[in-house]
This record gives sequence, C-alpha cells and structure tokens, in this order.
Amino acid sequence: MTSEIENIKTRFGEGIFQVAVRNERRVTLTVDKEKIVDIAGYLYHEFHWRFIIASALESNKGIEIFYHFSNDSSGLILNLKVILDKEKTEIESLTCLFEASSWIEREMHEILGINFLHHPNLEKLISDGNWAEGVYPYRKEPS
Amino acid sequence: MSKIIPIGPYHPLQEEPELFKLYCEGEIVKDIKWETGYNHRGIEKLSQSRTFDQVFFLVERICGICSTSHPFAFANCMEEIAGIEVPDRAKYIRTIIAELERIHSHLLWVGLAGHFLGYNTVFMWAWKYREPVLDLFEMITGNRNSYAMFKIGGVRRDIENNKITRIKETLDLVKKKTDLLAGAVMDDPVIHARTKGVGILTKEDIVNYGAVGPVARASGVAIDVRHDDPYAAYPLVNWKVITAQSGDVFAKAEVRLLEMYESISIIDQCLARLKKEKEGETEIVVKEVPEGIGTGHAEAPRGEVFHFVKTDGSNYPVRHKIRAPSYVNIATFRKSCVGQTISDATLSLAAVDPCYCCTERMAYAFDVETGKKIYNGNELLALSQSKTEAIIKRIKTEL
Repeated sequence: MTSEIENIKTRFGEGIFQVAVRNERRVTLTVDKEKIVDIAGYLYHEFHWRFIIASALESNKGIEIFYHFSNDSSGLILNLKVILDKEKTEIESLTCLFEASSWIEREMHEILGINFLHHPNLEKLISDGNWAEGVYPYRKEPS
Repeated sequence: MSKIIPIGPYHPLQEEPELFKLYCEGEIVKDIKWETGYNHRGIEKLSQSRTFDQVFFLVERICGICSTSHPFAFANCMEEIAGIEVPDRAKYIRTIIAELERIHSHLLWVGLAGHFLGYNTVFMWAWKYREPVLDLFEMITGNRNSYAMFKIGGVRRDIENNKITRIKETLDLVKKKTDLLAGAVMDDPVIHARTKGVGILTKEDIVNYGAVGPVARASGVAIDVRHDDPYAAYPLVNWKVITAQSGDVFAKAEVRLLEMYESISIIDQCLARLKKEKEGETEIVVKEVPEGIGTGHAEAPRGEVFHFVKTDGSNYPVRHKIRAPSYVNIATFRKSCVGQTISDATLSLAAVDPCYCCTERMAYAFDVETGKKIYNGNELLALSQSKTEAIIKRIKTEL
C-alpha cells in the first residue's frame, strides 16, 4: 500500500470504513458519506490528484457512488466508495472543490435520483424535458 | 443588451449534436451555456443486457473516429477484474491499432482546423494523406473503421508478418506528408497570428475542469495515460509525452502534429518486435469473469477514456460507466470562449477536437428581441475565415 493511502487512513481514521487493495495501482476506500468533501478535498488540494469521474449504481446495500481519482504521477486509481440509504439519497456536492464534478452530479441526479446538496445548478443534463419526473432509469425498480 | 448566438444542435463545428448558446454583446462573447443529450443513446444501460463479448461491439460504436479507444479501455478494465495478462503479440497489435487510429484522427483534425481558418489546401492535404491509413485498417482488419479487433484476453485477428512491409511503406509516406503539414502550419505567419493567444486555457483551468488529452498537454499539464498508467506495449517501447505551454489554439495544433511523429515511432518499434514473436499467438482463453469491480482507461486521440465495470460472476456487467474525453473537455469552453470575439469562439470550440461523426446541419444566430436571423452556419464559418483574410492583408502590407 502506498504511503498516501496510509496517510489518508491516519488522517481520517474512523471516516474510512474499509480498504480494498487490488494491486499497487488500484485501491478502493469505502468512506463515511458525511466526510466525502473533506476526503476528496484532501486528495485534490494536498496530493493534487485528478478527479476522473464518478459512477453510481443501485445494489442491495443502497445507492453506491464511486468517486474515481487518479494520481497521474504513479498511475494509481483510487475509488472512494460511499453508500447512501435508498430512503435518503442525499450527499454533499463536490462542486465546491472543482468544476469537474458539476456535469456528472447532474447526470447522477437525473438517472438515479441522488440529491447533491449545495450544487449550484442541479438541472437535468441529458433529457431536459423529455423524461417523466421522478422516474429514474438506472434504479432497479423504477420508483 | 446581449444577443444569443446558438451553435447547434446540429452544426459542423461539433462532435455530436449539442446546443451552445453564446451570449454576446456586440462581437464579444460574455457567457456560454449549453444543452446536451441530443445524442444520448443509453449505451451504459444497453451494456447491462449484453454479454462481455458483445459489449466490445457496442462500445466500439460510441465514437466513429476513435472506435478502438473504448474497446481498449473496456479490455483493460475486464482484464483487471479477471486478473489476466495478454500475450506480447496481442499487446503489440493493440498498440499498433491504437496508434494508427491516433494518426488518422489527428490528420482529420488538422484538416478541419485548416478549413475553419480558411486554409482549404491544408484540409485537402490532410484528408488525402489520411486515406492510406484507412486503407491499412482495411487490410489489417477488413474495415476502414470500427475494426472489431479487441476481445478479453487478446485480439481477434493477427497482423501477419508479410503485411509489415506495406505498413512500413505507408508510414514512411505519412511521415513525409506530416513534415509537409507541420511546415505549413508551424511556419505560417498567418496561422501564428490567427491562433496564438486565442482560446487560452491555463494550468489551473485544466486542473479545475479535469480536462485531459492534447487539451491538457497544450497547457503544460503532462498527463497521458500511456505514460502514467502504462498498458499494452507502451512500457516496452521508447516515446515521449508531447507538451506545449501556452494553452492556446496554436499549442493544441502543435501538440497534435508532434504526437503524430511519436505515434509513427511507436508503430515502427512495435512492428520490429512483432517480427520476433510467433505468428498466431494473439489471445489467451478466458473461462470466467469473477465478481468484482474494475477500472480501465486508455489514451484516445482526444484524451483519457475511462470505463468502470461492476460484475457479479455472470456473463453480463451489472453496471458499466463510461466517460469519454470530450465530457470533461467540452466544459472548458466556458473558460476558453468567454471574452473572445465570435469568430475566435468558433475556433476555440473546434480546437478541443470534438469528433464529427454526426450529421452536419445549419445553425442560425438570431436576435433575442426580434427573432430575426443574423448568421447561418456558413456565415459563421465565413466570419472566421474572413478574419484570417484580414490578417493576411495586414501581414502583406507590413511586409
């Protein structure tokens, strides 16, 4: 495990629920959703890691979001995984840190109904006016 | 009083149907807004109902110009989940295909950039010498585009050793013609005057928007997946990451032109190694794909393509997330266009190299107050070209 991952574990302690190391260039951290802005901000400002994109999906545990970060000097891809309760799909937006998350948060809001708090413009990205309200195509059972 | 100039939804300047609204005061662009989704095909959702073998054909159709970059990233992703390493011969073949694609994609961009500037000779040259590269694809894969070469564990077709001579001959021709194009672009005072200082993106902008590929490298951010997270044969050959510092349209052209030389050199080295490998050893058999998640990326001609797949041990992806490079690069328009004139904004939009696989239609500029049409698509193009002509005249009088 790289020193940066150790550093994150030490700094955020209880905010990190699980560490899964696939190999030296692929690591997934399951983190506390309340800490997501702090942890993502730490990666972006302290380590200067690049935000690639985020992926969201519905599983038995709830709505999972993977935030993918890249350390371009070592080739490491770090996935920050958070699990949201299906009844309360809310999480803080990362747009306060970087513009790069703006579009993908709008997209996840649209396809899975995740509410990103404090996003400056949480309008539909893909289907402006073409899909029914409250129908989320990537949910397993459309609500 | 600001006027809205829409570019799109169908317009020759764009990769896919999208609507950009330029909010202008006089000639100056004050703000930009966009509407996306005109070409949303639900590929991520479709992928969940395809077997892993079928997904390759699906993702190949995301982009018509760089049709190998998505299968490449998907293969990297699935091979990470399955924990397999492909044979060396397959690595070389994959790399050759990806680099040939980069050459034809960059040639296409150089041609179109020339056209937008009003240099139709550059357009004719670049597209003429792109043809032999497409012919090579036809010889190797049977198709000029959408090559269907990739599969989990290797490639579908071999490049037999008797084809190597013809590939080398074509590359020699392309190299000579690249010299010609590079000379025409890099030494021309009019192109310097027209593109330098236009559509500047700073390093901070690149980091903030997460921009990738030649757009990032033209602003001095040396990121390239082939170098940073090496895959296929890239760690086995010698090449360098091309960067420029100024972040304007000229720097983006410079990076793309010089990258073509690197691509030619990479292919040359791969062909030399290919001769030493045994013909036919192009794949390993993959019996099953275990449960897990995988992240794979590859450097497409326009930047990093990123795929995320979650599997459950069955033959289908549970979730397949795809991020194309233009997704992050397009958002930089807010920085590169605002504060410029309309004729420069069209050039800045094109400089990101959004791909042109979709229908070309007309765009109209209209007055918000009266609804009266001001410019159509050809007139917008003419506006950009007339600025070049004005520069030519100015330079001639200065001489």
